[in-house]
Amino acid sequence: MNSVEAIGHFGPFGGRFVPEALIGALEQLDAAHQEAMTDPQFQGELAQLHLTYTGRPSIITEAKRFSEYAGGARILLKREDLNHTGSHKINNVLGQALLTKKMGKKRIIAETGAGQHGVASATAAALFGLECVVYMGEEDTRRQALNVARMKLLGAEVIPVSTGSKTLKDAINEAMRDWVTNVDTTHYLLGTVAGPHPFPTMVRDFQKIIGEEARAQVLELVGRLPDAVLACVGGGSNAIGIFHAFIPDLSVDLIGFEAGGEGIETGRHAATITGGSIGVLHGTRSYVLQDENGQTIESHSISAGLDYPGVGPEHAYLHDIGRAQYRAINDDQAMNAFALLTKTEGIIPAIESAHALAGAIEVGKERGPEAILLVNLSGRGDKDVETAANYFKIDL
Amino acid sequence: MTTPLEKMFAQAKTENRAALIAYLPAGFPSPQGCKDAIAVLAEAGVDAVEIGYPYSDPVMDGPTIQSAADISLQAGTGAKEVFSTLKFAHDAGLPAVVMTYWNPIERYGVDGFADELAKNGGSGVITPDLTIEESAPWESAAASAGVNRIYVVAPSTTDARLALVTAQCSGFVYAASLMGVTGTRTDLSSSGHDLVARIRKVTDLPVAVGLGVSTRAQAQSVAGYADGVIVGSAFIKVLLEAESESAGLEALSILAKELVAGVREGR
Repeated sequence: MNSVEAIGHFGPFGGRFVPEALIGALEQLDAAHQEAMTDPQFQGELAQLHLTYTGRPSIITEAKRFSEYAGGARILLKREDLNHTGSHKINNVLGQALLTKKMGKKRIIAETGAGQHGVASATAAALFGLECVVYMGEEDTRRQALNVARMKLLGAEVIPVSTGSKTLKDAINEAMRDWVTNVDTTHYLLGTVAGPHPFPTMVRDFQKIIGEEARAQVLELVGRLPDAVLACVGGGSNAIGIFHAFIPDLSVDLIGFEAGGEGIETGRHAATITGGSIGVLHGTRSYVLQDENGQTIESHSISAGLDYPGVGPEHAYLHDIGRAQYRAINDDQAMNAFALLTKTEGIIPAIESAHALAGAIEVGKERGPEAILLVNLSGRGDKDVETAANYFKIDL
Repeated sequence: MTTPLEKMFAQAKTENRAALIAYLPAGFPSPQGCKDAIAVLAEAGVDAVEIGYPYSDPVMDGPTIQSAADISLQAGTGAKEVFSTLKFAHDAGLPAVVMTYWNPIERYGVDGFADELAKNGGSGVITPDLTIEESAPWESAAASAGVNRIYVVAPSTTDARLALVTAQCSGFVYAASLMGVTGTRTDLSSSGHDLVARIRKVTDLPVAVGLGVSTRAQAQSVAGYADGVIVGSAFIKVLLEAESESAGLEALSILAKELVAGVREGR
């Protein structure tokens, strides 16, 4: 019989599937995280950073013209796109950068898909005087060239990863290899609620501020809780961030929108919960896109930030216990919502967040004008202008 | 129950020498080429083989093993090929284990994998990313199939944790001699030696050292303090770099004989 206790589980999901070489670093991180959560000084420093650097609290915008296309439902946007660096990623990055300092490490490494997490990491590294290396799939460096330039300007080294599918999953593989080699000096600043314990819990703790703020803001604005909270799900950090404060509110539906790519039926998608099965990837047990031999299947999405064949274990758990539901939004639906928000509200969303907006159109039509939907607008679309121009055939 | 692997280590001990263990991914350089390579290794005097189950996301492997895994996966290698390669090695008289990332076993079915492994003459499985916290299903499956559970420990593993991990091991303890991914190294640091000394304080199991060994001199040096010397990337490299499969097998034979000699010069 096993004498050790499994840790970091969400029901049957989560845990730690990593080489022994990383256990020491994960335990150190776990301890630093737990201490920080109850340390008033740490919490004070982080709150001050959010106030004076991130630009928190982020505001709520009611999308009144957009609402006409969503069955007349009231659509409240949580504006994480207005954060410094342009997305929710900064929330987690500042928390982990503070922990890095606390642990006495001088170098951070990060993976990035759309470049949002890479830019946020490079930004925090500049702010804290840390060395920063960002791993990015070669395919993504092409899709998100602007963000590559931003990271370089911020002083980070960007290493294109040319193995496997040349996207986010392979960038994580390469970051893990770096970490195994340099774990004494380096913190792996993972950008989402996946990976081995404590990452899913820790990243959620740094992102849950989104839902805590939004819950109070919605109560203040409309005098009641929303009927549903909507977010896009790749790894799932913005979704967990906005869901978490609402989990005890059973009247509030939590709905995650995965990237359906060219359609679930085509097999070319990144909808891990909708179209995947239970497995272990990147150190955690969750839903995974995999074949009959347990080999990871390459994901596909027009959105680099959702193009990942895994998903955070807490989402897998929320799905299995029925507390949250997950649906797929394909590329065309997302781009339609992207164009619609831009034209009706003057807000260019990230293509990732456009999946949640397409979800709002769908859910709004189902529920009608009485419904109040809170949507996490997790990032802004500046980085996606070239992709969108190509999609809509606008000459550049 | 004693596995062929355990018998081999016991025999090497009576001969006062370390064992040489070779790693090759199933299906590499081709399904038949892998079996031919195993025959060459057996003939050269290698003591045991680790059959790699190639995986799409090998986060602990350097470029050499990644390339080999890619070639093997392109050829469609799956569990069936792994088991048939295992059986081939067993029939060639080599104790054989599987080395794999955890997900392929979980996908196959943990109990079924252990049973099929035993049926094909396999002695055990090396599970480099299965932590002891997550190992309960595997432990019961391996115990009922009578196969060894081999965990990998690292220089960063604390003494307290070494005791916990080695208590779950059978067959041997796999000591990763340095912090990093698989691949050949020109300099082997002293961290392997120190790690083996720390492992000896907590277990009587044989200890085999892997990561970085590629030359006769390195094999000799590691064989001086370990019970087993594990070589993977160096063998794969000669197969990858050869102009043809037959040239690769010839080069493999030369390298294997060198390393076999190196291991025997260790004490």
